[in-house]
Amino acid sequence: MEKIGDFLITHAQGGMLPWAVEVQAAEEFSLSCREVELAALAAEIVPARYQRNQNTLSLADQATLLKSHVAVIGCGGLGGYAIEELARLGIGKMTVIDPDTFEEHNLNRQILCTINVLGMPKVDVAQARIRVINPAVEVIPVREAFSKEQGSEMLRGVQVAVDGLDSIPTRIQLAEVCDAMGIPLVYGSVGGWYGQITTQMPGQHSVQAIYQDYSGEYGIEKTLGNPSFSPALIASLQAAEACKVLLGTGHCLARRMLFFNMLDMEMETLVL
Amino acid sequence: MPITVKLFASLRKGRFDIDDWAYTPGITGRQIMHDIGIPEKEVRLIFVNGRHASLEDRLADGDTLALFPPVGGG
Repeated sequence: MEKIGDFLITHAQGGMLPWAVEVQAAEEFSLSCREVELAALAAEIVPARYQRNQNTLSLADQATLLKSHVAVIGCGGLGGYAIEELARLGIGKMTVIDPDTFEEHNLNRQILCTINVLGMPKVDVAQARIRVINPAVEVIPVREAFSKEQGSEMLRGVQVAVDGLDSIPTRIQLAEVCDAMGIPLVYGSVGGWYGQITTQMPGQHSVQAIYQDYSGEYGIEKTLGNPSFSPALIASLQAAEACKVLLGTGHCLARRMLFFNMLDMEMETLVL
Repeated sequence: MPITVKLFASLRKGRFDIDDWAYTPGITGRQIMHDIGIPEKEVRLIFVNGRHASLEDRLADGDTLALFPPVGGG
């Protein structure tokens, strides 16, 4: 790694590592983009793509994120925006889980859905999108429905799980698997003008509390639908929560639920 | 005793968003919900003074009861 460090110091421009140099370094030293970026950060050189993360994120924070593994379960409304933001943030490894293909009714809100990808698996589109945003991110696409039985295998090695599901029973299964594996879960759900979010740390059973004894599969979204802005808002908050949990900074929403009413522009903070 | 009732999201439609009601001491969230005419299946989350509560919990003078519908989209 000393040689790569010397190379990066020689080729850095104003303390930054331009993308073209990153590619050159990866080729010359047979390293992945992530390895080159980690070497740069260790030499206190900022990969140019992350320069506007400064000083919100320190060099050490950026390196921590690059060494992190996040799973996004569901690649639709919430999941698509979460994937987009986490890839740009510089999460080093992302497992993306969804059994579905894109359909026309996804076009109103799912950022990964375009007319060019109708019929294509959501996880394949997610992987392609991440690749063109940030090749330093390793993607593990899982084209299967999340289940309690397969969950621990799907989430192996994951440090934070982000809920992008649209089924309440599956959410409860995800919460149970995360709890059993000791994985913090950033929960979010949307319906119409409304959305809610909490972060469930292991042992807190917050998601189970939200849906306790609920027998239905869906909520108000079944009749209200979901417009473009509701998943975008909640997913952005989920990305911020995932970032903070990974870095151990700020105050996450453990045992607190935020409820957003975008129709009247009201926000409630509730204790779970 | 006065109880402030707050309804959220779809529960407001045709009803109200926030209102003060007079109830007898010891009333539960479930009884208030029935009194307002909200079907139980429409309510998922109950908070008393901003804290997660059960429909069976008895309310005290001046409490605020907040009712939320199920939200599950993604």
